[in-house]
Amino acid sequence: MSDNQEIILSARGITRDYVSAGGLFGKTETVHALKGIDFDLYRGETLALVGESGCGKSTLARILTLIDAQTDGELLIRGNPVNIAKKKVSAEMRRRIQIVFQNPYGSLNPRQKVGAVLEEPLKINNPEMPAEERRQKAMDMLLKVGLQKEHFGRYPHMFSGGQRQRIAIGRALMLNPRMLVLDEPVSALDLSIQAQILNLLKDLQEEFNLSYLFISHDLSVVKYFADRVMVMYFGEIVESATRDEIFANPQHDYTKTLLAATPKTSIESIRARVNAHKETA
Amino acid sequence: MSLLEIRNLTVEFDTAMGPFRALKGVDYTVDKGEVLAIVGESGSGKSVAMLATMGLLPDSATVKADVMSFDGRDLKTVSPKERRSIIGKDISMIFQEPIASLNPCFTVGFQIGEVLKTHLDLRGKAIRSRTIELLEAVGIPTPEKRLSSFPHQMSGGQCQRVMIAMAIACQPKLLIADEPTTALDVTIQKQILDLLMRIQAERHMGLIMITHDMGVVAETADRVVVQYNGEQMEESGVLELFEAPKHPYTKALLSALPERAEGDRLPTVSDFAASYSKEDSPAV
Repeated sequence: MSDNQEIILSARGITRDYVSAGGLFGKTETVHALKGIDFDLYRGETLALVGESGCGKSTLARILTLIDAQTDGELLIRGNPVNIAKKKVSAEMRRRIQIVFQNPYGSLNPRQKVGAVLEEPLKINNPEMPAEERRQKAMDMLLKVGLQKEHFGRYPHMFSGGQRQRIAIGRALMLNPRMLVLDEPVSALDLSIQAQILNLLKDLQEEFNLSYLFISHDLSVVKYFADRVMVMYFGEIVESATRDEIFANPQHDYTKTLLAATPKTSIESIRARVNAHKETA
Repeated sequence: MSLLEIRNLTVEFDTAMGPFRALKGVDYTVDKGEVLAIVGESGSGKSVAMLATMGLLPDSATVKADVMSFDGRDLKTVSPKERRSIIGKDISMIFQEPIASLNPCFTVGFQIGEVLKTHLDLRGKAIRSRTIELLEAVGIPTPEKRLSSFPHQMSGGQCQRVMIAMAIACQPKLLIADEPTTALDVTIQKQILDLLMRIQAERHMGLIMITHDMGVVAETADRVVVQYNGEQMEESGVLELFEAPKHPYTKALLSALPERAEGDRLPTVSDFAASYSKEDSPAV
């Protein structure tokens, strides 16, 4: 990433504590889910966030998308400090950052037709917009994410997982955001569908100059998709570098463990395994 | 003679919209000590095939096969009673969702003990000591304490270890693992795969690995069956499959792997053979 690029979002020392209810006589317990997160996200780049379940990836995603407040630290969106616990955030600010969730079966309302799913953000954000224009915008988006006109009036259950994820991406893009938080967007999908969704995300990024925060635990996808990678471990960013650096020269032990655990599909490694197997047998 | 032999298996479901053919004539053989991977995307019939083998499909399913034999016994003609004595004992299965497949109301020790009681007729102290042995074998630290844990007190990886302990409790000849690591983190996936492979080699078990993940195939399989839409596309040794896939669908699957991507775009299955393209917009 070149230095002269526009910073969309920065995090400075963001922490998040969860305090458990202690019950009548019990003590309360504090879990430090995030222990001081610093990073910058530049315009048009894909920053991957990698880590195991429970390390705080999704907590961070909720803070960045202004769903949850940080306990401490500063979140800057295009230079403006934001803290939803202290001050109400304008709709304009919320519009800029959207999120796509992991499970496309859970993130769409089963009683809402696809057209309505796509129109809803416009209805909330711009109630004055004439219905006809809104419909047209939703239809354009439907086609943009690779679905067909006739899908407009259908319900989510009539779609496959990959198609639902397209709808979820379309909904996130309805308000022309600058940045998308993609929380494991392809981990629930089949391999070939995963490829289609990744291609779609690449196309959309190019077209709208979007920044992505791409949360994933699958390093092979990250290696293909990301520009920069942050590795998170127990609420801390333990390593952050460009994709090529991380994969060629991992520094932190946890990064090395992750890389070692990723299944290898190269012919050489399969041959090595098969041969080792033959020798012991 | 192979441990499991299935020839020309078809499975049909009666649905409100007429019969639906989930499997259209597939063959599988597994030898002792062999790891067979069945790969395919969702809806390819890989789980249905194994459920049919174990006789676990609902009544709406019609199962037909030319040959269906396990360890010299004909699975088509065995009585339900005899089948129950095979399933869970000589053939056992582990599932994708470890936390969902354990009963939340009973302790881990009780659930493993139940298997030992039912199939091996163990009682009392013998159950306890064997359960501890099993938990040790699957790498659970301090097994004596873990006996009284409930599933919700354990992580997903640990629950999967408990499932494996239950599955190997009766020294099965064949273990069927249905997406055993799909719900787990990569680091835990690695541990579970290593564990499965170690147990498989030690006990010289047949292992059928059902998966959609080519990475898991590459790390475990001896032989691979590739399935699509209820049909068998290809069967080869693991090395041949990755080196020189015969079927266009296999080629497409392999090139959709992000780590094999050349250039900026991932080829999708539909880029390859139109006849086998995974319809992204099924007519609903």
